[in-house]
Amino acid sequence: MKIKQRGIAGTLESSDILVVVSPDDGNEVQLMLQSKVEKQYGAAIRQLVTETLEKLGVTGVAVDVKDQGALDCVIRARVQAAVFRAAGENKVNFEVVS
Amino acid sequence: MSYNQQCTAEYASRNNLPEFEGVFAKSPQLASPSTKRHRKLFPSLEEAIRTSGLRDGSTVSFHHAFREGDKVLMHVIKTLSDLGFKNLTIAPSSLLNCHDGLVEYIRSGVIAKIFTSGLRGELGEAVSKGLMDVPVQVHSHGGRVHLIQTGEISIDVAFLGVASSDEFGNANGSHGELSCGSLGYAKVDAAHARYVIAMAQELVDFPNYPASLSQDQVDAVVTVDEVGDPSLISVGAARLTKNPRDLLLARIAASVIEHSGSFKTGFSMQTGSGGAATATTIFLGEKMVEKNIKASFALGGVTGPIVDLLNKGMIGAIADVQSFDVTAAQSLRENAAHCEISANEYANSSSKGAYVDRVDVVLLSALEVDIDFNVNVLTGSDGVLRGASGGHCDVAAAANLTVIVTPLLRSRMPCVVEHVNTVVTPGSTVDVVVTDHGIAVNPNNQALEKRLRDAKLPVLSIEELKDLAISRAGKPEPIAYTDKIVAVVRYRDGSVMDVVRQVAR
Repeated sequence: MKIKQRGIAGTLESSDILVVVSPDDGNEVQLMLQSKVEKQYGAAIRQLVTETLEKLGVTGVAVDVKDQGALDCVIRARVQAAVFRAAGENKVNFEVVS
Repeated sequence: MSYNQQCTAEYASRNNLPEFEGVFAKSPQLASPSTKRHRKLFPSLEEAIRTSGLRDGSTVSFHHAFREGDKVLMHVIKTLSDLGFKNLTIAPSSLLNCHDGLVEYIRSGVIAKIFTSGLRGELGEAVSKGLMDVPVQVHSHGGRVHLIQTGEISIDVAFLGVASSDEFGNANGSHGELSCGSLGYAKVDAAHARYVIAMAQELVDFPNYPASLSQDQVDAVVTVDEVGDPSLISVGAARLTKNPRDLLLARIAASVIEHSGSFKTGFSMQTGSGGAATATTIFLGEKMVEKNIKASFALGGVTGPIVDLLNKGMIGAIADVQSFDVTAAQSLRENAAHCEISANEYANSSSKGAYVDRVDVVLLSALEVDIDFNVNVLTGSDGVLRGASGGHCDVAAAANLTVIVTPLLRSRMPCVVEHVNTVVTPGSTVDVVVTDHGIAVNPNNQALEKRLRDAKLPVLSIEELKDLAISRAGKPEPIAYTDKIVAVVRYRDGSVMDVVRQVAR
């Protein structure tokens, strides 16, 4: 999936996560993570964000993540939504996205 | 000298007794008619401190009835620092976020040691990172009195903020513009400190009643601009919640109490601070009214909802060691059945009789509970000091039914875990844990488990709750600590329950 513009999903509420996806030069994924559960779950969050991007076939992207202790299902959903918005995909059937 | 006078002198000398040397020889305070009544009134805090005999290395104490609104402690510590004191031990009944400024005075050597029920915020964080050379001693509210009475906490000067005082030191927390309600903790300091300074915004005419702190305990009276901000008493730990999850927890907790077998006329209750605990009082109160079940007394940590039940005639009396909001403070002032008690009467295991000994049902919050039902109310899931022991272990030990309420997860962090970071209340004193995903009953209380199951409440095992938390959140990485001990948890009898170690960077 091609990232064309900045896409944002989520909030800074407790148990939510704010994901900002922006186009970036090259084919890398630049992940910036701030989390209030960094010590306990930092590695798990990084892995999940990276996996979710891989599944969507996204490269050449900068991802800025501010986590307020979101569960995995929330993190996955916010990353997907931010990517779709960044790719300009507005006809996504969210019920079948996993 | 007459023969009789000679006999008197000889008798005194032989028996090593003092001879009469004049009416005012041993009571010079009465010598001057113009000053004798005003002798305790000092023009400034500095003057009172100089007269107190405070030295480097002394112990000073405070109470926390104003909670987040306290203005006495920081003001006094700044004054002591300006006067050049070093190496002090501070023994406040607890510390809150408004005391973050202490970090600076620990760094500068004014404060060397702390006894407290709790610590939080920047101070808790700094201590957890190894700020102090001597570990903070964390006691319960009852345990503090025990440590004072056994001499481990030996208070040289107590600085006690009050709502009103007369010039002779009769003072209270309930009558005055800046009212904090009960002075339950301060009463202990006034009874045991070598020198007691009452700090008041208002001086009132003698005699000031009720005298929670009495003229025979108080050495000095000082007026200050502000002792505290009563509107901040109910901020933080003692707030009333609108959080739907806390309300759900409260509804379940109220049902647990209803079906526990302890819910019958004449029962006694305590509901601690924390959102869910306060809300439970409201829901339990509805059930009391509905079924016309009246409580004999409520203990605490008193909140508006408890006062409401007293006013409705559903509670016979309130024993109040600390007023958690303005409503409670006002009720203490106006209602004869709402009585102030000292922390010694409240919860000291070595007192001749503590109110906690007579509590049927207590509801308490938790930061973490483990599969052995041990409770942590002191350190967060990151191992950092951010709570208080309070009366938690005191009332859990003494009550017939101890109910712990906690969400299963706080954001992503499991609150039902294999081992709590810090044991404050031992699991053997806990009967039931209520979470938003189910209830677990301590296996040592089979009768309770049967009652709750019969009532169709969602009873699980504590291991099931722990596993459910991990299935939702994933298994957290363990916290890395160093070997340095930053705080010591003292049980209510003074024994060492647990230690808190420095969090590794």
